[in-house]
Formats: sequence, C-alpha cells, structure tokens
Amino acid sequence: MIDYHHFLSKKALSLKPSGIRRFFDLAAEMDDVLSLGVGEPDFRTPWLIREAGIDSLKKGRTWYTANAGLVELRNEISKYLERRLGLEYSPKDELFVTVGGSEAIDLCIRALIEPGDEMLLPEPCFVCYDPICRMSGGTVVPIVTKEENDFRLTPEDLEAAITPKSKLLVLPFPNNPTGGIMRREDLEPIAEIVKKNNLFVLSDEIYSELTYGGERHVSIAELDGMRERTIVINGFSKAYAMTGWRLGYAAGPAPVISQMLKIHQFAIMSSPTTSQYAAIVAMRDCDEEVAAMVKEYDMRRRFLVEGLNNLGLHTFEPQGAFYVFPCIRSTGLSSAEFCEQLLQSQHVAVVPGDAFGDCGEGFVRISYSYSLDHLMEALQRIGRFVEECRMKSAGA
Amino acid sequence: MMKELLKLLETNAKLTDSQLSALLDLPEEEIRKEIDQYEKDRTILGYNALINWEKVDADDCTAYIEVKVRPKRDRGYEEIAEEITHFEEVEAVWLMSSSSYDLAVVVRGQNFREVSMFVAKRLATLDSVTSTATNFVLRRYKERNLLIEDPEKDERRLYGLD
Repeated sequence: MIDYHHFLSKKALSLKPSGIRRFFDLAAEMDDVLSLGVGEPDFRTPWLIREAGIDSLKKGRTWYTANAGLVELRNEISKYLERRLGLEYSPKDELFVTVGGSEAIDLCIRALIEPGDEMLLPEPCFVCYDPICRMSGGTVVPIVTKEENDFRLTPEDLEAAITPKSKLLVLPFPNNPTGGIMRREDLEPIAEIVKKNNLFVLSDEIYSELTYGGERHVSIAELDGMRERTIVINGFSKAYAMTGWRLGYAAGPAPVISQMLKIHQFAIMSSPTTSQYAAIVAMRDCDEEVAAMVKEYDMRRRFLVEGLNNLGLHTFEPQGAFYVFPCIRSTGLSSAEFCEQLLQSQHVAVVPGDAFGDCGEGFVRISYSYSLDHLMEALQRIGRFVEECRMKSAGA
Repeated sequence: MMKELLKLLETNAKLTDSQLSALLDLPEEEIRKEIDQYEKDRTILGYNALINWEKVDADDCTAYIEVKVRPKRDRGYEEIAEEITHFEEVEAVWLMSSSSYDLAVVVRGQNFREVSMFVAKRLATLDSVTSTATNFVLRRYKERNLLIEDPEKDERRLYGLD
C-alpha cells in the first residue's frame, strides 16, 4: 500500500473540507429534495449571450486568446467599469480576464500574501479566501460582522483586528451569505483606516449588479486614494447568469495586475475562448436583461423575508446578492442540526451559516435563485418543520 | 405597478393578499382594493384551474374550428358570435382577421365523436354559418405559459457555497 500522506503536502492536508459534504450525502439518498442551497442563478444565460458563444464556435474561434483575454472583451470591461464605477482602468495593463471571479481571488491573494502576513477577513463570507491565504502561508484574521450592524464591516471592528502584520483586507460585498452591502458612507471610514495603516484591498464585487432598494453598488476603489490600493474583482456568473461559462476579471494598479497575470499565464494560459466572445455581448448589450433578473430577485427577496419572519425565524432584510440569512436560534437547534433535521423531516436543503465562518452559527443560508412556486412550496415545508421544533421543545 | 399585480395573479392566482403585498412592496389594503376593482370591472374575469384533462380521461378531445359566417346587416358578427358562446361545449370564440374564415371556435368534448357531432349538428347548422373546418388537437405541449409535461429537472447541484 502506498502511503499517500508521504506525498501530499501538509498544507493541502491541513485545509478543512467543505462543511456541507455530509448534507450532500444525506440528500443523495432522497429523490424529492427541494433545494434552496445553490449559489447560482436559476435563470438561463440571456439568449443574446448564448448566441454569441455559439456564433464564435461556428466560426471556429477555438484557439487560446491572449493571456490577459481578448482585447475586445478587455475594452468592454474597461468601458463597463467606467460606466458603473466612474473609474478608468487601462485594458492594456490594468485589467485581465480570469476563469471566474474565483481565479481572480486566488491570484490576488497569491500575488500579495506570504508567510507572516495577515489577511483581514470579514465573516461570514464566501469560503475560498481562507484556504487560499493559508496555502500562501498567510494568517487569516476573521472580523465578525453582526446582524445589528446590517452585517457591514464597521471601522471599530476593523481597527481592532489590525496588527503590524496586516497586509490585505478582503471586502466581500454585496455579501454571500448575508446579503449585507457597504454603502458609500460605510466605506469612507474603512478607506481612511486602510490608508492610515497602509493596507491593500481585495474587493470581491461579484454580486455588484444584484442590489435592491434602488441603491447601486459602490466600490471602495471609487473613494479618494483607493483606486491605487484596491484590486476590484468581478465576473459574469451572477449578474448575467453565466456560472458555467467560468469567466471573471480583475482590475487594479498595473504593478499588482502584472504579477497576478504572470501566475495566470503559468497556471491557466487563458480563459475559455467561447465564453470570452459571449461575454463581450453581455457587457455591451445586456443591461436590460440584468435589470429584469434583478427585479425578479427583488420580488422573491421580499417574499422570503416576509415569509420567514412570519414563521418566527427572524430574518435580516438583505440588500444584495440572492440569499437570505435567517436566524434559527429560536428553534433551539444549531445551524447544522437545523439543516440536517430540515432535510430529514421535510426534504428541504439549506446551508448552515457556520459553513461561511464560525460566526455564521445560529443562521442558515437560503438562496432565492429559485422560482416563486418553488419558494412557496419550500416555505410551507419550512413552516411545518419550525412547528415541529416548537412542539418538541414545548413537550420537552 | 398594477400591471405587475395582474401578471403575478396570471401566473399564480392562489397568491394571498399578504404574499402579493410582500412581492410588490405595497400595503395589503391597497392590493385588496385593486383586486376588488379589477374583479368588479371585469379586468379579472375569473380564477380557473388549468387542468390537464387528458390525465383524467384519455379520450378527452379538443378541436379548433374555423367557422365562416354570413354577417348580419345591422349587427355584423356580434349576433352569431354571441349565439355560439351560449353552447356549453364551446370554450372560446374569437373573431379573426383571416382571409379564409371569420370565427375561431374552441370546442371540448368527452371524445372525438362528441365533438364531431357537436360541430355537425349544432354549429354547422346555425343559420349564419356557411362553412366549418374542424382541426383536432393531437397533443398539447404548453398551455397558458405552463408546460404540459413535467418541467425540466433542475440540473443545478443541491448545495453550493459559492
């Protein structure tokens, strides 16, 4: 027998496996699971975009592109960033195309973090920042965001977490899983602290198009003196319902972008060519399609917040992304118990909040990238489950 | 905004006032007032369940009939159209802009024979009707925006953290 541990790196072995694997296994034994568990749109990629991809294939455009991505796409991304953030990024050396936002996150952390560095990470958040930082030998310093602060990063909490070793601040807003956002007035004091302490920022803005209540997303890079210390990461998955196309991008100061691009060249070569041709059309012609999807998400969001609160599960009204993050403490269960028992009893799949950081305990993440009918049925089942919990605790 | 209300009800008439209020971000009382008004002025004609009758009875039969009529001097097509609406078997009557026929009539019956007999004995024999052409429905794929077969399975994973 080969001892694989002999070959495997201690770093890889030390990474915690995903917190939801066992739910997958449990759910696999049921054939009627109603899932509220995914982090991708239920909409299909708008037809115009799919057509552009098909057209590029028909024309036989099946080669690698430039490492940084198609010039035409980079130009469109540059125009988009100017339109949305009012910032100019040169398509030549200040932005490039990646395999999803995830690759851009990986590259950014790897280009910046080395042993001894600390990465400041507001939690709960998407699960990839932490392991990438660890793989780079850095230390993750979690900063708990709280519901009473609308799950925003506060200047006080940021300041308390800073040490002389702090190097990189991750800003995952609009936030998965909480739906919290950072408004301009919330970002301003953060920017001051970042500058005062000479930090760099990774701003993961993958949900930037999905904000509600009439407020548009603001990037920290828009604030005075922040463009030069921020890598803006975004992509096509969430806004244009293009998860499977695997396409994202990073924009920022040339010295950092060039190092990220260097790693990208060695690891990836170039992002999928078909996807890049499709994405040109997404950037250029699909504002209306995005607006229609946002409108639909917004309805579902209000529907779920109201429905869950009526069930007695206290639910923060999210301002972005497509998740609600109800507090389930009133059931007397832990996040993991809630998810497991809800799955067993009502065959509904939701994700435990602590999968997004320890401070997510007491919450679960419910995605509303599902049809209204699906959500109505799921809400009924959750209602039955919450009632069961109440009966049990009353009987106990 | 109120067009949104109608669209939502069109997709799912079972939505409660409170659900509609959450979906549209409007007070429940306003929703109720609007719906009452729409019902009163017959903007909302009714709330029917959309039933796949073939599941209940495999012989269930629907036909789309092209009807040519001789319009009346004073009342045009109104009189004959109205007369046709009175038949219980008739589900829909539309005046069409077509060079080959005037009225489209949708007829449903328990079986092929019943529908044929209805057309031959009751519809074609009306005074103003000059000819009929009957088209039988063989298979339905979509009705009122809903797929007849089970909708496509959601191919997405059950869980994902991203």
